[in-house]
Amino acid sequence: MKHGRSTWEFNKVRILSSAVAVGPKEGQGPLQEDFDIIHEDLYIGQDTWEKAERKLFEEAVDLAIQKAGLTSNQINLMIAGDLLKQIISASFTASYAQIPFLGVYGACSTSMESLSLAASLVEAGYADYVVTGCSSHNATAEKQYRYPTEYGGQKPPYAQWTVAGAGVSVVGEGLVGPKVRYATIGKVIDMGLKDPFDMGSAMAPAAVDTIAQHFKDTGRLPNDYDLIVTGDLAGVGYPIAKKLLKEQGYDMSTVYNDCGLMMYHADQKVFAGGSGCASSASVTYGHIMKQLNQKRLNKVLVVATGALLSPISYQQGETIPCIAHAVSIENEED
Amino acid sequence: MKQSTGKKRMDNEKKRKYQQMTMKMRPNPPIISNSIKAFLVGGAISLLGQGIQNIYINYFDFSKEQAGNPTVATLIFISALLTGLGVYDKIGQFAGAGSAVPVTGFANSIASAALEHRSEGIVLGVGGNMFKLAGSVIVFGVVAAFFIALIKTLISLI
Repeated sequence: MKHGRSTWEFNKVRILSSAVAVGPKEGQGPLQEDFDIIHEDLYIGQDTWEKAERKLFEEAVDLAIQKAGLTSNQINLMIAGDLLKQIISASFTASYAQIPFLGVYGACSTSMESLSLAASLVEAGYADYVVTGCSSHNATAEKQYRYPTEYGGQKPPYAQWTVAGAGVSVVGEGLVGPKVRYATIGKVIDMGLKDPFDMGSAMAPAAVDTIAQHFKDTGRLPNDYDLIVTGDLAGVGYPIAKKLLKEQGYDMSTVYNDCGLMMYHADQKVFAGGSGCASSASVTYGHIMKQLNQKRLNKVLVVATGALLSPISYQQGETIPCIAHAVSIENEED
Repeated sequence: MKQSTGKKRMDNEKKRKYQQMTMKMRPNPPIISNSIKAFLVGGAISLLGQGIQNIYINYFDFSKEQAGNPTVATLIFISALLTGLGVYDKIGQFAGAGSAVPVTGFANSIASAALEHRSEGIVLGVGGNMFKLAGSVIVFGVVAAFFIALIKTLISLI
């Protein structure tokens, strides 16, 4: 059912299980207890960075299906994406898993883009079980968007660190697991920023727009949630988003956090914080799902933020268009 | 001249204000401490180069002019080795221009690109991408050298 301009409401969709596989740096962070698989080696035992990212994805898919008590034959659809050109991590993983596949790209908003689509297809009856998720890897992202990983360039303090990891969930009708309640689809917002190192500033207005739209469409307010997280605004975008929301009359001070800030300790040399598809996916499907299952949190709004630039677009001097999608995940009230 | 509409002007005004706000809110690179680090590391690399050159002159009977080439080759070797060991990018983050400007930075840009694209094959991967970063240095270096040589020759003719 649709509310307002762009919010979908679901009644029977649950996240049946989720799994997260991460690299070494993420495994040393404050959320290490919440990740299912932690690798000590950034190559994940593979011989290329691309294969390493794919391996994380495959492991997360396998484990999520297993935790749901299903086999891959019972899964009707996989909706997934990643940051690499032609989303190869997602499609090669789908090839490995042999599940009917729809690939999506929303940069780092892919986690909630894919979850929204999965929930709507389950709600509408087009699928019983959908696997959804995304991956990113620090080295593949550096290689594609910036410089070779061993290049000795100096990054500014507002740069971010791409999370190496994959977060996957199994969505379906069922009896246990938190419900996917609302999904608010964001529009592309471009405030004219051009610095590809400063994604936080570029993405904050998109997150703010989607959050405000969500409140407008659902009639909810920040305090209706136990926790609202943005995907990867990190140290620069987070205070900006907070300030902009305050200006619009939404006081976020007690409930708001950012996955990019939750991912690492302050002394892990990650500049302003984490970024990448796996930032929101690992925090949501690892940490937040655990908290929901333990009833420490009951209502969470995840706002995954994505910068829709490409290396070509910024070299041609284009500004950075950004997007955010919000999904509310909630325990049923007793 | 095309007149911008009222809405567009308001949009631009909003964007400009936002951009100014982000510039104020984000942490900017510490220029003074970065410059000091660059000066110290750049100086240390140059000192190392001088030391190597002195060794070639004193122990291997090179003349001062002849010692230049093996000195540069040695620095390039050290830089490529440190790149392969995963150390040079850390030096680069600390030193900035200090490790980018000397010949070691040039070697790092080539070695890192070669390493990165090794997985795409020797010809298209390593060969095709090695000069991805260094290529423009070579192009503009050669062009600049050509014009300087031209000017020098013309002046000597007068």
